[in-house]
Amino acid sequence: MTGKTIADIPMNGRFDPRLATQFMAGAGHNGFLGSRYADHGDDWVELTLDWREDLVGDPSSDVLASSVVISLLDIACSLSIWTKLGEFRPQVTMDLRLDYLRPSPRGEPLFGRGICYHLTHSVGFVRGIAHNGDPDHPLAHAIGTFIRVGDRLP
Amino acid sequence: MTERAILPPYALALEMVLDGEYEGRPRIAMPFANKVQGRPGFLHGGAISGLLEIAAVAAIQAELRKRGDEASFKQVNVTVDFMRSGLPQVSYAAGEVIRMGRTMANVEARAWQDDPAKPVAIANMHYLMKRG
Repeated sequence: MTGKTIADIPMNGRFDPRLATQFMAGAGHNGFLGSRYADHGDDWVELTLDWREDLVGDPSSDVLASSVVISLLDIACSLSIWTKLGEFRPQVTMDLRLDYLRPSPRGEPLFGRGICYHLTHSVGFVRGIAHNGDPDHPLAHAIGTFIRVGDRLP
Repeated sequence: MTERAILPPYALALEMVLDGEYEGRPRIAMPFANKVQGRPGFLHGGAISGLLEIAAVAAIQAELRKRGDEASFKQVNVTVDFMRSGLPQVSYAAGEVIRMGRTMANVEARAWQDDPAKPVAIANMHYLMKRG
């Protein structure tokens, strides 16, 4: 554990979700998941991870654990807020809802896209989708809120 | 049934174990480790959600066993409310089947560290029940 946070990454201007993802991928839960940067826009970030045996939620079908989908969308949604804002600010997830349309099959890469559709001084409103490569064929939809926690993390 | 049998690879990878009971329902424990850490020194929200989902599934399985019901089930959705930061220590979770009918089940799962009355997060899940 380095003790460094995203706030310590030199960004030279606007918040860069690619740099932030690279930084986060090295350790912790994101490192365990193997999540990587895929793409981003002004108010959205997409991450991806590969199917792995130890991420399986149901050994009878080998589909990914639904919690892996939550984790990936939680990270992508969090990044989408900083991306829309253009800078990092300390925040925590207030709530997150996921609707599972279908499972993520064995061997398929998982993509999670977080979109910040509204931002206030204190709250980031997000939605997200998870898919296996075709965003028009989603496997989960998410909606949630993140709350700013001040300049010092609790 | 052994402890490991009810826990999927994802739960085992995060070193979750069936750890006795909480109010008559299965209690799942998860140690703190780098692989469940979010920002330095705190649990990742995704890992907390994972613990809640595993506890919810264990609660449904226990309820089905109690009823002698052989139904299978599939998760439809989950809403997680995060209440406190998860600290670098062991976390616990237990699910409660609020209602299980012919077609669906409502489950609530609670995660805590020192005191169940001070939850780290609470989740509500809906499951589709499948029979025959």
